[in-house]
Amino acid sequence: MVGVSISEELLDAEACLALVADELCGGSVSFVGSVRKETNGRRVTRLEFECYTSMAEKEMQKIGEAAIQQFSVSHVVIHHRIGVLLPGDVAVVIAVSSPHRRAAFEACSFAIDRLKETVPIWKKEVFEDGEQWVSAHP
Amino acid sequence: MKVKVLTFGITKEIVGDTRVELELVDDSTVSDLKNRLELLYPALRTLKSYFIAINDEYASIDQRLLSSDEIAIIPPVSGG
Repeated sequence: MVGVSISEELLDAEACLALVADELCGGSVSFVGSVRKETNGRRVTRLEFECYTSMAEKEMQKIGEAAIQQFSVSHVVIHHRIGVLLPGDVAVVIAVSSPHRRAAFEACSFAIDRLKETVPIWKKEVFEDGEQWVSAHP
Repeated sequence: MKVKVLTFGITKEIVGDTRVELELVDDSTVSDLKNRLELLYPALRTLKSYFIAINDEYASIDQRLLSSDEIAIIPPVSGG
């Protein structure tokens, strides 16, 4: 099963783990990505996430399907939050379950790496003295 | 043909709107579209990279456009 969601709601890692729970799976792994309060020594005031929702949901679905295919895991859930987030807020949760733990770890790592490469979500870092779209320029 | 191009993130700021409408010759490709966009908005060339998506999928550079397509500029993504 693949489950994806993009919303402005608070994310709940426990709820994501509950979604991948399966008596055939001996291991579940979750990744929780949250907002750092510093980037290169500059104090981050907030992050503003925006999204091309229809495409992003499809890309997230593809990542879940690729993870199941490549690592033989059973379930992948990817939830991403958008809107304005403050330091400490959770921006993304990925949960994976599998009969065996190694595949779950690998699939979870694959999923967050791929998400950062392909899913059309953008974040602007807002500092006390300026702002920038992350990764936009060389 | 007329195409509408959606913009996001930094490209929304470069274009100054959430979409841009362009008149292109029929059978134009993604490459033609990028050339036109860069002529109109030279700041696009300062980006690390950007892709064009057609109907929610990353498009190849030689893919042809239809006026009915949903087209979007995808600047470097930074989710997670």
